[in-house]
Amino acid sequence: MSIFEIFVSAIFVNNVVLAQNLGNCPYLGCSKEKGVALGMGSAVIFVTIMATLCTWLVQKYVLIPAHLEYLQTLAFILIIASLVQFVEMFLKKAIPPLYASLGIFLPLITTNCCVLGVTLLVQREELGLMTALVYALATGAGFLLALLLMAGVRERLETCRVPKALRGTPIALIMAGIMALSFMAFKGMV
Amino acid sequence: MNRFIQELTKGLWKEIPPFRLLLGLCPVLAVTKSASNGLGMGLAVLFVLTLSNMIISMVRGFIPKKVRIACFITISATLVVAVELLMQAYAYPLYLQLGIFVPLIVVNCVILGRAEAFAAKNPVHLSIADGLGIGLGFTMSLTFLGAVRELFGTGAVFGVPVMWEGFQPFTVMTEAPGAFLCLGIILGLMNWNTQHQARKRNLAVPENPLPGCGGCTACGAGRQGE
Repeated sequence: MSIFEIFVSAIFVNNVVLAQNLGNCPYLGCSKEKGVALGMGSAVIFVTIMATLCTWLVQKYVLIPAHLEYLQTLAFILIIASLVQFVEMFLKKAIPPLYASLGIFLPLITTNCCVLGVTLLVQREELGLMTALVYALATGAGFLLALLLMAGVRERLETCRVPKALRGTPIALIMAGIMALSFMAFKGMV
Repeated sequence: MNRFIQELTKGLWKEIPPFRLLLGLCPVLAVTKSASNGLGMGLAVLFVLTLSNMIISMVRGFIPKKVRIACFITISATLVVAVELLMQAYAYPLYLQLGIFVPLIVVNCVILGRAEAFAAKNPVHLSIADGLGIGLGFTMSLTFLGAVRELFGTGAVFGVPVMWEGFQPFTVMTEAPGAFLCLGIILGLMNWNTQHQARKRNLAVPENPLPGCGGCTACGAGRQGE
């Protein structure tokens, strides 16, 4: 697959939330307002790319030469956790405006399965470094797209009369299902 | 002993994880394509949750408050690596079916949520009971959701055909959209049931549960209200 195809397929065809069911907690939790959704989505894009870069290098130059591939999960989650801490401290000191907009979302991302999921998928599909980074960017963008769409729908939903039993999470899940159905139409694209 | 039974049974209905506590939705939605996949995933989570609750409760006195999340993650990651190796050895087909969702148990909010909300504050035997109860509840819900989706998606449960002849399966139920729809409708029915019961007994009608995640704010869902 060419880089362009990987990019398009990761955003639309294999959308991380709507086709692969990754990152559902923030998808439901942070999609009540568009501003929050934008902040969370951008933070995920940023951390996914950084995490993919670091874990790819560690896998290639530490885990494989040392025959420790079975520790992949443990190593990756620790890398992501410390990376997130480090990025947070760096942004706070170096780029305060960016920290003001992304800062509150960063600590929440450690346990976002979207990030760990992408780093693991990259290793399972044995992508090269460049391809892996493009894939990470596209996956993050797909997450942002799904989150923004959902936030838009939920803001409109506030003014609707929803049956009492469906209010809150149930209706959000059903909306997500309908959205996933429409995303299935992209299947033939790549 | 009473407390033990109480902690054990609360996870089976009152605080059943994905439906009442809305914890750990990613595996719930992704691996419940069939009842047996749901059961396998549930058992893996049960194993990790019980042991991680036990270990965290044992070391809860030594962990500094500031680095506790990192410690919890390290403990659960170690257990998940053990589960991965065990599954590769004894249940390889299931391991292939579940794919990356086995390593993703590390970041499942059921594990971190229970560690934070229960194991870090309670003695070892109660934490084990909590882990067993919540884990069993999780297994039951995953199996149930998997069975419903398999029933409508393929007309079979655990691979055994049960629908009438000429039944047209809704293949969409075994795909990603079916997961969202199915869980949404089940949650709606459960809320309706709770409200109906309350109305019948003239009690105050309870609000629908929000994704509060049992006090765990790790992924952001629990912070919405603040």
